[in-house]
Amino acid sequence: MLDYTKTTLENGLHVIVHEDHRCPIVAVNVWYHVGSKNEQPGRTGLAHLFEHLMFEGSAHHDSGYFMPLQEAGAALNGSTNTDRTNYWEVVPTSALELALWLESDRMGYLLPALTAAKFENQRDVVLNERRQVYENRPYGMALMALTDSLFPPDHPYHWTTIGEIADLERATLEDAHAFFSTFYHPANASLTLAGDVDPESAVALVRRYFEEIPTGAAIPPVVGAGSPLTPPAEKGEGVRLLLEDRVELPRLYLAWRTPALFDDGDAGLDMLADVLTGGKTSRLYRKLVYDTRLATDVSASQGSRELSGWFGITATAAPGHTLDELEQVICQEVETLAEHGPEEAELERGLAQVEAQFVYRLQTVGGFNGRSDQLNAYNVFAGDPGFMAQDRARYRAATVDQVRELAGSQLGEAGRVALSIVPTGALNLALADSIPAEVS
Amino acid sequence: MRVDRTRIPGLGKVPTVHFPRVRATDLSSGLALRTVEHPGLPVVQFLLFLPTGSSSDPADRPGLAALTADLLDEGSESKSVIELHGALDRIGARLGIHVGVDATTVSLTTLSRHTEDGLALLAEVVAQPRFDQADLERVRELRRSRIRQRRTVPGAVADQVFVETLYPGHPYGHLSIGTDESLSQLTVDDVRQFHQTAYSLRSATLIAAGALTHDPFYETAERVFNDMPVWGSRMEQVANEVSPPSADVPAARVVLVDRPGAVQSELRIGHVAVARRAPDYHALLVLNMVLGGQFVSRLNRSLREEKGYTYGVRTAFDFRRLPGPFSLQGSVQADATGESIAEVLEQMEAINGKRAVTTPELDLARAALTRGFARGFETAGQVVRSVAHIVQHDLPEDDYDQFVPRVEGIGASAVTEAARTHLHADRAVAVVVGPADQLETQLETLGLGDMRRVEI
Repeated sequence: MLDYTKTTLENGLHVIVHEDHRCPIVAVNVWYHVGSKNEQPGRTGLAHLFEHLMFEGSAHHDSGYFMPLQEAGAALNGSTNTDRTNYWEVVPTSALELALWLESDRMGYLLPALTAAKFENQRDVVLNERRQVYENRPYGMALMALTDSLFPPDHPYHWTTIGEIADLERATLEDAHAFFSTFYHPANASLTLAGDVDPESAVALVRRYFEEIPTGAAIPPVVGAGSPLTPPAEKGEGVRLLLEDRVELPRLYLAWRTPALFDDGDAGLDMLADVLTGGKTSRLYRKLVYDTRLATDVSASQGSRELSGWFGITATAAPGHTLDELEQVICQEVETLAEHGPEEAELERGLAQVEAQFVYRLQTVGGFNGRSDQLNAYNVFAGDPGFMAQDRARYRAATVDQVRELAGSQLGEAGRVALSIVPTGALNLALADSIPAEVS
Repeated sequence: MRVDRTRIPGLGKVPTVHFPRVRATDLSSGLALRTVEHPGLPVVQFLLFLPTGSSSDPADRPGLAALTADLLDEGSESKSVIELHGALDRIGARLGIHVGVDATTVSLTTLSRHTEDGLALLAEVVAQPRFDQADLERVRELRRSRIRQRRTVPGAVADQVFVETLYPGHPYGHLSIGTDESLSQLTVDDVRQFHQTAYSLRSATLIAAGALTHDPFYETAERVFNDMPVWGSRMEQVANEVSPPSADVPAARVVLVDRPGAVQSELRIGHVAVARRAPDYHALLVLNMVLGGQFVSRLNRSLREEKGYTYGVRTAFDFRRLPGPFSLQGSVQADATGESIAEVLEQMEAINGKRAVTTPELDLARAALTRGFARGFETAGQVVRSVAHIVQHDLPEDDYDQFVPRVEGIGASAVTEAARTHLHADRAVAVVVGPADQLETQLETLGLGDMRRVEI
């Protein structure tokens, strides 16, 4: 379904090409295997701030990257998470060379153009992104409170990708230069072209622009400074946290550390999340929103990341109800699943959804989660752009027994973080015995 | 050997884009059918287009169109909500219901091997909803909770105050979710009555794209819709019957909603502008690209890339059947609120002459539109939405094929003229949701008349 060729240049750059001539466009997608997990405590937010700087010009095109690409009719963007940073353009076929010229120029020649003025401007932009997406958004600080508590202070997932305000304010241009030199080189990157190209000439064009870029030193290993990167075998006691916020209705977050992306149990936890909250037939939607009407919404997901996963269940209390009521129903349902497992029919329903999603995801060549992004994800995280077949097989292999076992072993009281976000002053709506969370 | 980087590669010629062939046949039930073959993946996408949206809400019942739409998938005549969603889930279907100002769309994506089952479920959802009293009460309470929740979402508050300020007493003057007061009074009879007129299949168009061919799909659609109830006669868009919105300038052009302690101000700046069928539509697209419609527009470059006041701002003409708003949207750090508003108004004014569009700006805007056009028809979902746009605005069938030559024909004078005709900095309203104690002085010095304070 997702045919490709893969070539590795001498400098270590992985080049993946996927051919599809139905639309006269090409997706260019570059992954750098660096994210906020590669940052140090006290220096958080740098990976994401750096992503912004990649759009501000390079040695041979020392002005914004949006201008030439929008003039070419491209859509473009980038994003940073804990594990990786990606950059993409979708261009008309005739602008492929332009896109490769620009991507190679910022991979090879960024620093001569990276000035203090650009750095300071984009730091202001990022601080405003933080205000808009976290500080000024209802429930916006939940993620920070959760990761802060799920992962110990020296674990690379302890902080969020947007970073601490104080760290962003203290970051320097020299930090950005060092970050580029350490992490942005061909051997730490994966380039995928998807769309109206043929592999042979596409690879030739990539060679023309990327082969001259020197490889870099091996990436420093990510260490959790002594903390195990997989969930601790002995989970500690659970914790109950509380945040007051400018919200109308209280919301409960339950979170657990779980197996990492592609590890045993990862796909089974996706299926468990579907049984719990996937659509209106799911167990918790029916119980909380449909039958008892204790909640206005409920959702669950397995967040599959490279070093560790974490499973979250979120529910908002309907007016007049407390989070203790919600917690009771959720725990009861998880316990029932841990005892009896799901029905076969529930897994079949979940699998039908998963199988369809695998097809729907193939509809676009570019952008976030398009075909080019998937090929890079499989290449970077599984070491194989063709991993999709195995990825799908993981879901087909999920069984009633496996999901039952996961509900019992992963979603117990041990190691659980429960966060209540309540309207300012309405502490009585939170889970009993919660302690204030510290977020900045 | 190093490549020569002294010159950036050229762009080649503008790609020729032909919109795929649309085939049209009416079903015997009166439902109009349009299909587009879009092969490649085993996926089909259906969209049922209904020419009524929130502007068809009765004046004393805002929120009725959206409540009705929300109840469509809460069970049908023959299936409970659980049974209905079980059936959708088993074929991996995605159901989407959207209530816009002038139209409602119900879309369903499924795998092509489930074409007939998927279409039958779409028909059941649209034509045979259960509208049970208990379901209405449950869904109504969920929507009332959402209204309550929206009071703390700065963008939602700004949107509401903006439309209320621009369109007082007009069908465009409320958001589709309606008001708490109205929702609390809506009954099953209201919903049933609205459904009988607004969901007449004689007024609707079924659009299908993906791995299908017209003739067999037509037969499938006949089978599926043959048994469906058909009400009333073909209905005209309700908004057609009301007068165009007033262009009067409100006395208070700054409207402030206090959000104590907020670190940013959410902004909506604009005025009632222009309808989709305006003859200078393409000039307006180019104008908007230059002013605020893309990353490298004047306003985003100024407020984000030069001053660093925001994560980003955007402007848009909202093209509707009747004149929709022109607006700037964005949030800026609280201490830069006054300066940002002044900058927006200054740029809105300057582009009509003092700093008219330059040749490089014009080339960039036209190229972004024409060269990016092909990206708009990659997926079956994009294709059905494009056809829906043609249907909604009753545009010529070759509208998309005319797009590139039309945009290429827009010169600087046409852009300036469009700005003079349709952009009015002197009557723009600024809605600000932010910390009043920090904002009052900043806003008073703007010289925009009295400031109005609103509470939500």
